[in-house]
Parts: sequence; structure tokens; C-alpha cells
Amino acid sequence: MRILKLIFKNAFRHKLRTFLTVLGVTIAILAFGLLRTVISAWYAGVEASSASRLVTRNSVSLIFPLPVSYKEKIRQIEGVKVVSFGSWFGGIYIDEKNFFANYAVEPKTYLQLYPEFVIPEGQKAAFFRDRKSAVAGYKLAAKYGWKIGDMITLKGTIFPGNWDFVLRSIYKGRDETVDETAFFFHWDYLNETLKQKAPGRADQVGFYMIGVTNPNLAADVAAEIDKTFKNSIAETLTETEKSFQLGFISMSEAIVVAIQLVSFVIIIIIMAVVANTMAMTARERIGEYAVFKTLGFGSFYISALIFGESMFVTTIGSAIGIILTFPAAEIFSKKLSTFFPVFNVATETIYMDILASFLVASVAAVFPAWRAVNIRIADGLRRIG
Amino acid sequence: MKVPFSYSFRNLRTRRLTTVLTIAGMALVVFVFSAILMLAEGLQKTLVDTGSYDNAVIIRKAAGSEVQSGVERPQASIIETQPEVAIGADGKRLLVKELVVLIVLPKRGSDNPANVVIRGISESSMLLRPQVRLAEGRMPNPGSSEIIAGQSVAKRFKGGGIGETLRFGMRDWSVVGIFDAGNTGYASEIWGDVDQLMQAFRRPVYSSILFRLRDSSEFEKFKTRIESDPRLTLEALRETRYYEKQSEMMAKFLRILGITLTLIFSLGAIIGAMITMYAAVANRTDEIGTMRALGFQRRSILVTFVMESLLLGFIGGFIGLFFASFLQLFTISTMNFQTFSELAFSFSLTFGIIYKAMTFALIMGLVGGVLPAVRAARMSIVESLRAS
Repeated sequence: MRILKLIFKNAFRHKLRTFLTVLGVTIAILAFGLLRTVISAWYAGVEASSASRLVTRNSVSLIFPLPVSYKEKIRQIEGVKVVSFGSWFGGIYIDEKNFFANYAVEPKTYLQLYPEFVIPEGQKAAFFRDRKSAVAGYKLAAKYGWKIGDMITLKGTIFPGNWDFVLRSIYKGRDETVDETAFFFHWDYLNETLKQKAPGRADQVGFYMIGVTNPNLAADVAAEIDKTFKNSIAETLTETEKSFQLGFISMSEAIVVAIQLVSFVIIIIIMAVVANTMAMTARERIGEYAVFKTLGFGSFYISALIFGESMFVTTIGSAIGIILTFPAAEIFSKKLSTFFPVFNVATETIYMDILASFLVASVAAVFPAWRAVNIRIADGLRRIG
Repeated sequence: MKVPFSYSFRNLRTRRLTTVLTIAGMALVVFVFSAILMLAEGLQKTLVDTGSYDNAVIIRKAAGSEVQSGVERPQASIIETQPEVAIGADGKRLLVKELVVLIVLPKRGSDNPANVVIRGISESSMLLRPQVRLAEGRMPNPGSSEIIAGQSVAKRFKGGGIGETLRFGMRDWSVVGIFDAGNTGYASEIWGDVDQLMQAFRRPVYSSILFRLRDSSEFEKFKTRIESDPRLTLEALRETRYYEKQSEMMAKFLRILGITLTLIFSLGAIIGAMITMYAAVANRTDEIGTMRALGFQRRSILVTFVMESLLLGFIGGFIGLFFASFLQLFTISTMNFQTFSELAFSFSLTFGIIYKAMTFALIMGLVGGVLPAVRAARMSIVESLRAS
């Protein structure tokens, strides 16, 4: 117990220095936590995807459509339970800055495939009934102040013109990993309009979403679908929703890697700061350590003093940092909802925070402890300042 | 009377470990700071070099990018006959009707798929883009399934090298040439004959029209006329503006990331410098007292400690920049969120960045050093002499 008291007293001998170090650690852990959260937000789409859903798209690339007639053919394939389809609409709400995902889907099957979008029954029926209606995520509706029954106009980028929708439902996520910023509406509305305005582009869909009876069969079903349309004018590429999402992320991999690197750099920076504090502390107390040695305390005791102090200071700092991460993530999530629809602090992030602070404390104490242990008593006593 | 500069310098040398650690912290911050600036600069440079001010791009109204756009043939013909289009040396109009689509290609080595832009070109496409030149092989023959690849595609994508073939649109396309587009966005594209590509992809419409203006100042007039013409649903943009718009989101993302990170990081480094300087002052209380007794003024003491801290910042900044300059050897390729296509750009170091990074390092040193220096300067002679 006495050693704990000594560590505690030692840590507060230089109040200003300890305060600054704690502050530094707090900032670093906060930044580290937020950066890790950015990375997990990047992967949020993958986390939220289901293993029993397949995505079929044109094998050339996403911008090429598939004929709507494929729907029946896909449904005949064994292992397929539900087939839904849709098109990426890419509409702009008032200004390009207000980006959110919006697509045209076949409503009934789509909601059947996505049980995680929770819509009150009455609203759901109203959405199915009205072909010009749309569904928006809870966060999205809150951001623009939309209410049920509001008229929303999107300017089409892929499908020209202004498109009017009536908001009939607002969905909530079943849990917090669900993206609550999406917007979707009846594919029929899109298709019927295209039939009149641009008949050449009608009866085409951007993607098929397929629910399989058994997730273990997903790979076989995917292969079977692609085989069916081999050598046709629109060959398909089918993959699980997860790998589809991962494909997107791998395209922006460089950024993820950069953020990851940067998150480690901040830990190294704070390591330098804490190591600096510990080095100075140990240097000032070299004389005391020599006294300890003279009194017969072993090197274990002396290094425990230094390690303990380093651990104490970093732990306070990182505890504050971890606590602050949550409100900070809340603010970030509001500001960056355009980039990251889902922005939650993961449990692993907290574990990594703790690990990082432990690492910082140990590394920072190693060199001063080594010096204190190895200095000869006579030298230690002789040294001043 | 001033305290000699060598005093500050020697102090740093005496406490080597502390000095090294503080400098290392600062160097890392400056490294990250300049890396982000270099990245933003590289992106900017790529985009600015990609477009020329005298060229106009025509896309469908509100399409935002060539990939989403569609220009029907009759509309294209109307644009072609506008008087603002420049005439080339051979008497032909310097105007090209192009097709732009995305295809998925696997990368060399990792097999990761990425979206690559395929551009259907015609004869004048090269002429309109002086920054692009054929580096190897030859141009594709019109009417054949031949393509040329940008140097970045050739290097990084499977089947993109000269003599190799790529399969898309139910045909095999042989790569007959590599073009060098320098640091521009074209380096990540594949070019082929527009008519062949339109057939292969079953696209009856062009994506965009690009032409050289007869007189650059006529652009505004042309734009107003085209955009109010009831036959056309098109919009005109200067090529430079078009490419700038393409990466606004990316640039914004880099900016937000950069500012946030730099702020947080610099706080950390300033705290580091402050700890060091406070310790430097505390350890030298009697020294300061002696100097004051010798007749050095408070102001000289203040300047000395600020100088020491600035020196820390300067060395840190220099080391950080030194390592950051090696980043120029790397190229970043990532997906542009706005166009969904691959965009490669490299870190680029300019004098502006060096200047900013050094200023930043010195400011960090200054902020970290001022408070401790003030404390040193305020010490009373008697008290400080008694301290030891």
C-alpha cells in the first residue's frame, strides 16, 4: 500500500506538468477513439448486411442496367425465396450538398427482404397503396424536418427532371447498425414515367436483391444465377450483400489505410509526450532513487515506482478521453451524417483505447526506469538537477 | 544586453532525451500536417491539369458527371454547328462526341475490383487534350476492337498493359498503346473508338461533348444561349470547372479530415513542448537568478526561452518536412465518391506547403514556449537564487 501512496504523491508533485500530460493523453485517446470510429463507420454497411441476401448486377459495372424480365427467371432458381429489384436514383434534394442514398425499389418484396427497416403497419399500407409515395429514414426525415404527408421533390441526375414524392412512411432501424438516412420509393413510378418520357430506358433495373432460403446455399445460388445469364446481352454478377459492400470499401481502401496509419501516429506522438514527462521526472529524482538504493530497496521497487506513476497519469487521461469519446461521437455523427450514415462507438474501440493507453504508459516508463535502475549510487547522489 | 543564442542551443543539447522526444513529437505532427496538405495539393493539381480553360464540356442538365449524362445525337449535331466551336488546322471542327462508361477491372496483384472509366474517343480527342500523348504503341484504328490505356491503368490493372487484352461488352479488346497523361485524371482511363464502344455497350447516346472555344471569352454567351435553347436539355461548363466539381466532395472530405487531425495533433505537440519548456525553466531557476543578477534584463530572459522553444519547433518542422518530402514517391489511388470511378493522384510538395508547415511548426514552438518563458522572466532574483 505504501508504494501506491508514494506513486500518488509523486504524480502530483509537479501539478502543472501532470495536468498537461493528462490533458495530452486525454486529447490523444479521444482522437484515437474517434478515428477508430470513423473506420468502423466506413465498414458499417458491411456490418449491417445479411448473409442470406444476394445482390445481382450487370457484370460490366454498376452503371449498366439489367432487364426487368430477369426477375421471373431468377425466381425459378432453386434456393431463391424472394426476389426484389430496384435502381439507384441518384436524385438531388435542393442542392448537391444534401446528399443521401435514394433508390427506386419494388416496395413489397424489398421491405420483406429488409426486416430491419421497421415501419408502423398503417404507414406501410399507405406506402404500398400510393405509387407516388416514398419512405425516408428517421434520421433523414429529422434532418430536413420532413413529416408524413410532405411533398418532396428530387432533381434527377440519372433520370432527368424533377420528381415529386409524397412521404408516406418513416422507418426506424431495428438496431443502431441500420442506416436511417436512406430514401426509397416505388420503382413503378420511375418506370411508368420513363415509358412516357424515354421509352428506351424503361423496363430496366439497376440491381436485383435476392433472399435465399438457406444462407449456406448462397454461393451455389449466386453461381446458378450467373450461369443462367451467361452469354446473354446483359451478363450478371451475383455476390452476397456483404462482399458487394466490401467491394465498395476496397475501392476506397487507400483512405481507410491512411486513417488507420494516422490513428497510430497519434498514439506515437502521445507516447513521446508521456515518455518526455517520465524522463524528466526520473531525471529530477535520480538523487532520490540513489537514496532508495542506499536504503536497500531493490531495482524492482524503483521501476515499480516509475511504471506506476506512468500508468497512473495515462490511466486518468485515457479514462477522461474514453468518457469524452461518446459525446464527441454524437456531435460528429450529426455533422458528418452525409458521409457516415451510421456512426457509433464500437466496444472494440474502447478495448483498443485501453490497450493503447497501457502501451503508452509502459513504453514511456521503460527508458527512465532502466536509467534509474542502472545508475550507480554514488553517481546518483552526486548529480544535481 | 542579449543572452547569446548558443545558450539556448546548448540547453537543448544538455537534456538530449527530452529534446529528442519533444522534437520527435513535433516532427510527427508536422509530417501529418504536410502530408495532408500535400495530398490536397496533389488532388487539386491532378484536377486542374486535367481540364483546360479554353475547352467547354457539354453534359445533360443536372447530370453532374459524364458517366451519368446522356446527349442524344440530334442534340449533339446542334452543338456541333455552333459558331463558337474552333476550327482546327485541317479545317475540321475541334469538337468530339464522347462516350464515358465505367467498367469493373481487377487490380494487378490483389485482384481487388475497381471501377475504371472507359472513354469512347474520336480523331480530335487527343488534339483537344494537349496534356495527353501517346507513350508507347499506336492509336486504335477506327472501327476496330482496339483500345489504349492510361499509364496508371496499364501499371495497376490486369490486362491493361500493351499487347494484353481486356474482355467487356461481349468482345475482346486488345491494348495497342499506352498513353501518358502525366498527373491528370486521364491517366486512370481507357480509350477506344467511340462508335465501337457505343455498339458494344448498347448505348445509343453520347455521354458528353467536348470542344475548343474559338474565343475563350465567348463562353458565357454560348452557355446562356445553349441552356435557354428549348431543343436542348444540356448544360455547358468550362472543362476546368467541370473537373473541379467532380471532386468537390473528395476535396471537402480531405479538408475536414486535415483540419480536424491537425488541430488535435498540434494540441498534443504544444502540450509536449510546454512540458519540456516548463521543466527547462524549473530546472534552471538558479541559473536564471544568476543571469538576472549579472544584469540580464527580464526581456532578454523571455526572449531566450522563447528562442529555445522556437528552435525546438524549427528542428521538429524541418525533420517532419524532410520525411514528408519522401511521400512524393507514392501515388494514392482511391474511388472518387462522386463519380464512383478510380482516381489516382500523388502527394505534391510545393513552396507554399513548406512555408505553411514551417510556420505551423514555429507557431507550435511559440505557443508551447511563451507561458514558461513568461514564468522565467517574472522570477525575482532573490527567490530564484535561493531556490537551489
